[in-house]
Amino acid sequence: MRWLYRYASPATFYPVAGALAPWFFVAAALLGAAGLYIGLIAAPTDFQQGDAYRIIYIHVPAAWMSMFIYVVMAAYGVLFLSLNTRLSAMMMSALAPTGAMFTFLALWTGALWGRPTWGAYWVWDARLTSELILLFLYLGFMALQAAIEDPRRADRAAALLAIVGVVNVPIIYFSVQWWNTLHQGASVSLTASPKMARIMLTGMLIMSLAAWLYAIGASLLRVRAIILEREAGAEWLQGHVDGKAR
Amino acid sequence: MPASTDIAAQGLSARAVGCERGGRALFESIDLAVSPGAALFLVGPNGSGKTTLLRALAGLTEPAAGEVRWNGRDAALRSAVWRMQLTYAGHKPGHKDELSVAENLELACDLDGGQVGAAERAQALQRVGLARRAALQVKRLSQGQKQRLTLARLSLSRRKLWLLDEPTAALDSDARVLLGDILRAHLARGGVALVATHDRIDLPAGQTAELRLGGA
Amino acid sequence: MSEAGAWAGFAWGLRRDLKLSARSSAEVLVVLGFFLIVATLFPLSVGPDPRILHRIGAGIIWVCAALACLLSLHRMFTLDYVDGSLEQMLLGHMPFPSIVAGKIGAHWLTTGCPLIVCAPLVGVQFGLSFGEIGVLLVTLLLGTPVLSLIGGIMAALTLGLRGGGALLALLLLPLYIPLLVFGVGAVEAYAAGLGMEGHLSVLGAELILALVGSPLATAAAVRTAID
Repeated sequence: MRWLYRYASPATFYPVAGALAPWFFVAAALLGAAGLYIGLIAAPTDFQQGDAYRIIYIHVPAAWMSMFIYVVMAAYGVLFLSLNTRLSAMMMSALAPTGAMFTFLALWTGALWGRPTWGAYWVWDARLTSELILLFLYLGFMALQAAIEDPRRADRAAALLAIVGVVNVPIIYFSVQWWNTLHQGASVSLTASPKMARIMLTGMLIMSLAAWLYAIGASLLRVRAIILEREAGAEWLQGHVDGKAR
Repeated sequence: MPASTDIAAQGLSARAVGCERGGRALFESIDLAVSPGAALFLVGPNGSGKTTLLRALAGLTEPAAGEVRWNGRDAALRSAVWRMQLTYAGHKPGHKDELSVAENLELACDLDGGQVGAAERAQALQRVGLARRAALQVKRLSQGQKQRLTLARLSLSRRKLWLLDEPTAALDSDARVLLGDILRAHLARGGVALVATHDRIDLPAGQTAELRLGGA
Repeated sequence: MSEAGAWAGFAWGLRRDLKLSARSSAEVLVVLGFFLIVATLFPLSVGPDPRILHRIGAGIIWVCAALACLLSLHRMFTLDYVDGSLEQMLLGHMPFPSIVAGKIGAHWLTTGCPLIVCAPLVGVQFGLSFGEIGVLLVTLLLGTPVLSLIGGIMAALTLGLRGGGALLALLLLPLYIPLLVFGVGAVEAYAAGLGMEGHLSVLGAELILALVGSPLATAAAVRTAID
């Protein structure tokens, strides 16, 4: 446990995050390039949807990440409220914009895919609707944190909100599914069948991994910015900033 | 006279308490000790952290550092045990404007949990000079009269630790004497009081000390 | 002196807030008026075609109930926050979450209950049958307490913030979606001659979850706001 507390101190984490972030970005870029090559060039054309289906290589990883990041945020919220480690709250805040970005990306690519598939940019498909509600949850999280001036209160309130949100996300998801089947809306599923070719699956998994690495890299950079902002004036930070200036 | 820094076995003591407000340190390393039957006056310029210190001791805001002891044992500032030791009277008295004076006092006594009867409440109102206004809505009271209602609440509280923030504000000289009486009775019962104030409150010598917050 | 029981706190909070509401009963009526006027806007905007109105009636009533609840939520904590009452409640000898539960109960009695009483009126205006109105009332009975319970958490989180009203809507309305879906779904299932037990069970489950979780979360949020 002691190592956990040591790395949970912003002073220790700041240089570690700075050193690690570039590696995550490089790995994300390499994997992303490989995934796109497989997805856009190596994988065969779908006999039903033609080339339009290829957007799943962006859409599906983005949708996975959007939900996963919210759960991770809530987990950091639990950590923060139970152990009172400030870094957990900072990580939680750092993840939110990345999560919102992936949610937006999933919505956008979903709309682009919807046009050739359903003939409309937006249909009230269960998955798209859930994604839209998730985007509202992210926006609410960021808006609440921005509205509270005192950083301590902002962290606690945001952690509580993330936890309340994560309890509600499955209920919302379930309710939207139910609502969708009841109204027999768009019935074309956005995820491909499980029998999809192995090469397609490989491409999607590689893209997901790239999205993961990108999310980690981006949140590390953002957490550094948050530490800079919060700890402005702290002695240990002065050392880092001066050291760089020299 | 600065408060002594050694940890008293009885009463309230605090060591190296520091508080932040909006990420900025308000004060660092405050030590204090008050034994049963004594009052500590917190003095200092505006913004020196008197209110924050009282709120921290009340468990309403979390101190950034330090340790607080009650009768020699660690006071868990957010626990139910701790909050039932104390009475806090801040700038905001917590009266409801739409309710009558008597109703407000009844609600406050219910929260205090001291099993105070209607007769005692009426007596307390009599004492602070609000008996004839008992049925009046609080919004019809003057600022000083509202403060007198707080005095009535204090006079009925049997909790051990009183944390009073500017209790003399808006009080006339009669009411100040009354506050002194109520505080004396509290100390005579072996209570402890921390009072942030700019005014002198007349208490027996030897039972009071002063803690100055803020530089200059 | 030991801590009082949870029921004492609940009863104290409930009685206190009901008494306060009785002194300012105009606010309760204003929320009710809001509910009725918004429901009236829909026939005027989509036209008086009875088929369309019947089709959307239950949905409109549920949306209006959610909005009316949202509008009234500031009442739950704001004044007590400003005048220092919440601090005294935190230091009282009753468990704070139980007092909060009492306050939420009072909010439901002064918001959700009157809405349930008025809902049949609006239902008739939208041409719902008696059976449909009956099902609608059951869903409202199960669902409106959840509106107050979840609303309490979010009202506490946004306590004292600038632009709190709009922020409250942004935080709260997404969480109301399941209630709308299952509340309206039950009425539609009944109208289609299908079973509605599933819908009602989900509403009941949400009510139980909210009853357990909300007072604790709300109390924690109030504590955070007071700090």
